[in-house]
Amino acid sequence: MLRVTLPRIGTYEAWRDHARAFLAEGMRPENILWHRGGSEDDLFAQAAPPPRTVPRITVPKDFVALARLAIHHGDPERFTRLYALLCAVDTDRRLLDDRGDTRVAQLNRLAKEVGRDRHKMHAFVRFRDLGAEGPRCRFAAWFEPSHPILELAAPFFAKRFGDMDWSIFTPDMTAHFEDGDLTYTDPAPRPDLPEDAAEDLWRTYFRSIFNPARLKPKAMQAEMPRKYWHNMPEAALIPDLIATAQSRAREMAEAAPTLAPPRAGKVAARVARAQEALTASQDRIHAALDACTHCPLHANATQAVPGEGPVGAPLMFVGGQPGDREDLEGRPFVGPAGQLFDRALATAGIARDTAYVTNAVKHFKFTPRGKRRLRQAPNAGEIAHCRWWLDLERERVRPDVVVALGATALESLTGDRRNLLGRRGRFEETCDGAPLFVTIHPSFILRLPDPVRKAEEEARFIDDLRRLRPHAAA
Amino acid sequence: MARLTLDQKLAILSDAAKYDASCASSGGQRRDSRDGTGIGSTTGSGICHAYAPDGRCISLLKILMTNFCIYDCAYCVNRVSSNVTRARFTPEEVVTLTLEFYRRNYIEGLFLSSGIIRTPDDTMADMVRIARMLREEHGFRGYIHLKTIPDASPELLDEAGRYADRLSINVELPTDAAVRSYAPEKSPARIRKAMADVRLRKEAAGDKTHTGRRAPRFAPAGQSTQMIVGADGANDATILKSSTRLYSSYKLKRVYYSAFSPIPDSSAALPLVQPPLLREHRLYQADWLMRFYGFDVGEITANRPDGNLDLGKDPKLAWALANRHLFPVDINRADRETLLRVPGIGTRTVGRILKARRHRTLRYEDLVRMGANLKNARPFLTALDWRPRNLDAADLEARFAPQPEQLSLF
Repeated sequence: MLRVTLPRIGTYEAWRDHARAFLAEGMRPENILWHRGGSEDDLFAQAAPPPRTVPRITVPKDFVALARLAIHHGDPERFTRLYALLCAVDTDRRLLDDRGDTRVAQLNRLAKEVGRDRHKMHAFVRFRDLGAEGPRCRFAAWFEPSHPILELAAPFFAKRFGDMDWSIFTPDMTAHFEDGDLTYTDPAPRPDLPEDAAEDLWRTYFRSIFNPARLKPKAMQAEMPRKYWHNMPEAALIPDLIATAQSRAREMAEAAPTLAPPRAGKVAARVARAQEALTASQDRIHAALDACTHCPLHANATQAVPGEGPVGAPLMFVGGQPGDREDLEGRPFVGPAGQLFDRALATAGIARDTAYVTNAVKHFKFTPRGKRRLRQAPNAGEIAHCRWWLDLERERVRPDVVVALGATALESLTGDRRNLLGRRGRFEETCDGAPLFVTIHPSFILRLPDPVRKAEEEARFIDDLRRLRPHAAA
Repeated sequence: MARLTLDQKLAILSDAAKYDASCASSGGQRRDSRDGTGIGSTTGSGICHAYAPDGRCISLLKILMTNFCIYDCAYCVNRVSSNVTRARFTPEEVVTLTLEFYRRNYIEGLFLSSGIIRTPDDTMADMVRIARMLREEHGFRGYIHLKTIPDASPELLDEAGRYADRLSINVELPTDAAVRSYAPEKSPARIRKAMADVRLRKEAAGDKTHTGRRAPRFAPAGQSTQMIVGADGANDATILKSSTRLYSSYKLKRVYYSAFSPIPDSSAALPLVQPPLLREHRLYQADWLMRFYGFDVGEITANRPDGNLDLGKDPKLAWALANRHLFPVDINRADRETLLRVPGIGTRTVGRILKARRHRTLRYEDLVRMGANLKNARPFLTALDWRPRNLDAADLEARFAPQPEQLSLF
C-alpha cells in the first residue's frame, strides 16, 4: 500500500505525474491511497517516493478534459477513481465514448458538478473596491465554492479583469492577480473587506429589474441556490421582494387607467406631422406597391420589390418573382440569378442601367425550411393579381420590347405559360398587342447540375440577349 | 422638477427596461483583456450573474437611456400617454455604471435600449455614442447589446454593428395587424426591412474583401427579437409561424417570447388578463423543437384544434402521444432524426447514444446514465432489455397528466 500526498496548489499536475509513473509500473488502483493537502498518516501505508520521470503517455483528449475538472471535486475518492479510469482507458481507448459505462458515467457526474460550480463561481463572485494604490485599481472578494475549484476558476478572472489587481479568498486557498501575474497562496481567514458604495446601486438595479407580476422563486433558486446567497449583496433583498410581489402586481392590475399627460397630445401631433412629411417625400407608386395586400404573399415577405431602370427604357426585362436576396435588398435581380443575368447582359453588349428590370410578381413567395427560405412558384391567382402593377410599370416606362424571362413572366404577359422552351428566342405579342421577346429565366441555368450543359445554356441565353441588341439603347 | 440622483435614475430606467425578456450574453467572438490594456472578456457562452425572483437571469445591465418616448404603444409602460416618472441618463452616467458594475463582477456587459426622443436618428446616435465611449475610450471588451431603432439611418446602424455584439429590433407583436392597432407609430414593414438590413450587413462583414482582408466585424453575436404573447388574440400556431418566418428570413439568433405582463399605469386598450407564464415556456419548448429537433411548426400544432399548445404537457410529448404509430423506437438502430423525436431524450443524449452504440448494444440502465428522462421516454423506446407495454393503452396519456392537486378547504 502506498500513500501519496498531493499538494493543495497544483493538485492536478502532481496527480498526473504520480499517475503516469504508477501506470508505467503497472501499479493497481486499490494499492494507492491519495490525499490532498495535509499529510494524514495511515498505519498500513507507506509514503510514496516522488514520482519517477517516465516517458509521457498518450491518452484520449477527452480524458485530460475530464480529469482536469473531476480532480477539483470535493469527493475524497476522486483521485482513485480517476487513476482507475486511466488504467481502464489505457487498455480500451474508446472507453470514454461509452457514457453508459458506470465508471465513465460516475466521473462525468463529478466533472459536471465541478463545471457547474466553476460556472457559478464565475457568476457569483462579488468584488469590493479596495481603492487604488498606483495606476491599477484594486479589488477583492471572499467566495465559498462547493468544491476546491479556485485554481480552475481563477484564470477566467485574470482574462476578464486584465487591467486591475484583485484577490479572491476562498476557504481552500487564495488567488492574487497583480500586474498581470496570477499566483496562489495558502488559505487565509475571511478578510474584512471595506464597504463599497456601488453595492447600493447594484441593489437598486436588482430591485427594479424584478417584475413582481411574474413571481417564480423556484426558477430563481434552481439557478441561484441559497448556499451562495450570503456572499451576494443583492440576495438580502429577495425575501422582501417575494413577500410584496403579489400585492404590487394586484395594485398594478387594479389601478384605473389614468388620463394622458398634457404634453402627450402635442407630441402625438408632432409625430403625425413627421410621418406625413416622410410619406410625402416617398415615391407614391413605390409606397402604394409596398402597401399592397391584394394577395397573401405580402404577409411573409420583407417588402415589395419594385422594378428598376429609366422611364423610357427601350427594353423591359420581366423576371418571375424576387428571390431571397431581392426580398432583403428591395431591388430586382441582385441575387445569384441576377448576377448571372448581369454577366450575360454585359457579354451581349447591353448596359443594364439602360434597361428596365422588374418582376411579374412583386413579393417573394417561399416556405421556411430551418434557417433558409425555399422559393415557391407563384400560382395563377398571385400572378393575375400582380399583373396590375406590371401593367402600371409598362405604361410608365413604355418600352419598345418587353422581354419575358421564364414561364411566370410569360404567363403574366401572354396568359399562357406552356411550351417555354419551344417559344424561346421568338418575338410574340403581349395580351394587349405590344412586342414581346421570350427567353428563359437565368435561374434555370443555375439549377442545371451538369457543368457542360450549364455552359451550353448560358451561351444560348447570351445568344438570345444578343438578338435584343438592335433594340437596346445606344 | 428636482434633479434626480443617479440611484433614482437607475431605479426608473431599469424598471422601464424590465419588460424586455432578453438578457443573453452568448454568441459572438471570444475576447479578453489578459494583455492588461483594457477591461472585460466574452467567453461565447454567456454568464448569468444573478437571478431575480421572477426567475429571469440577470446577465447584462439592462437599462433604458431614457424613458421619454414620443410613441404611444399601448403595451408599453413608457408610451407618451403614460404617467410614469421620466428620467434620462447622460452617456457618461451609463458608461460609469457599466464599468463600475462590470469591475465588481455583477454583469457581463450592457444591454442598452431607449425610448424615442426627438427623432429616431437622435436617439440612435446617443446610443452609438455610449457604445463607442465604452469600446474606444475605456477599452471595454465585455458584451454590448444595442436595441436598434428601426427608423434610424443606415450609417448609424453600421456604426452600432461595429461596437455591439448583438443588435435587436423588436417585432413586438406576432401579427402586422396587431402592431398597427397597438403600436400605431411603428411600421411592421420598416421593422422587417431593418432586420433584413442587419442580416445583409452581417453577411457582408463575413465576406472577404478583394484584397483578402476581412471587413470589420458586424454584430458578431447576431440579431434577436422579441414578441409579446397574449396582448392580442394570436394563437400559438400564428406565433410560431411568425417566428419560423423570422428565423429563416433574417437569420435571427433568438426570438424571445414575453408573456404580456401587467404594467404600472396600463392603457385601457389592453386586456386585463395575464396569460399563464406556462404558455411562454411551452412556446420556448416548441421553438427549440423547431430549431434543434427537426420539427415543423405544422407538426407541433397539428393536433390542437384551437392552435394553442397544450399547457398540460410539453409539445414533444404531446406530439409523440398523437403519433404513437411511429413508436416504439429502437434505441440501438434508429437514426439521429428519429432518436431526436423521442420524448425525454435531448440532443446531448442522442449524441451519447450514437457514440456509445458503435461499441455495444445499449440497455435501459445505460440510458439512465446517459441522462435520458426515462419517465417520459420509457413508453416510446425499446432497448436490449426493455420493451414498453401496450403503447396503445388508453390511459397512457393520463399517466403523464400532472398529479391532481387536492383542493384546500376554505
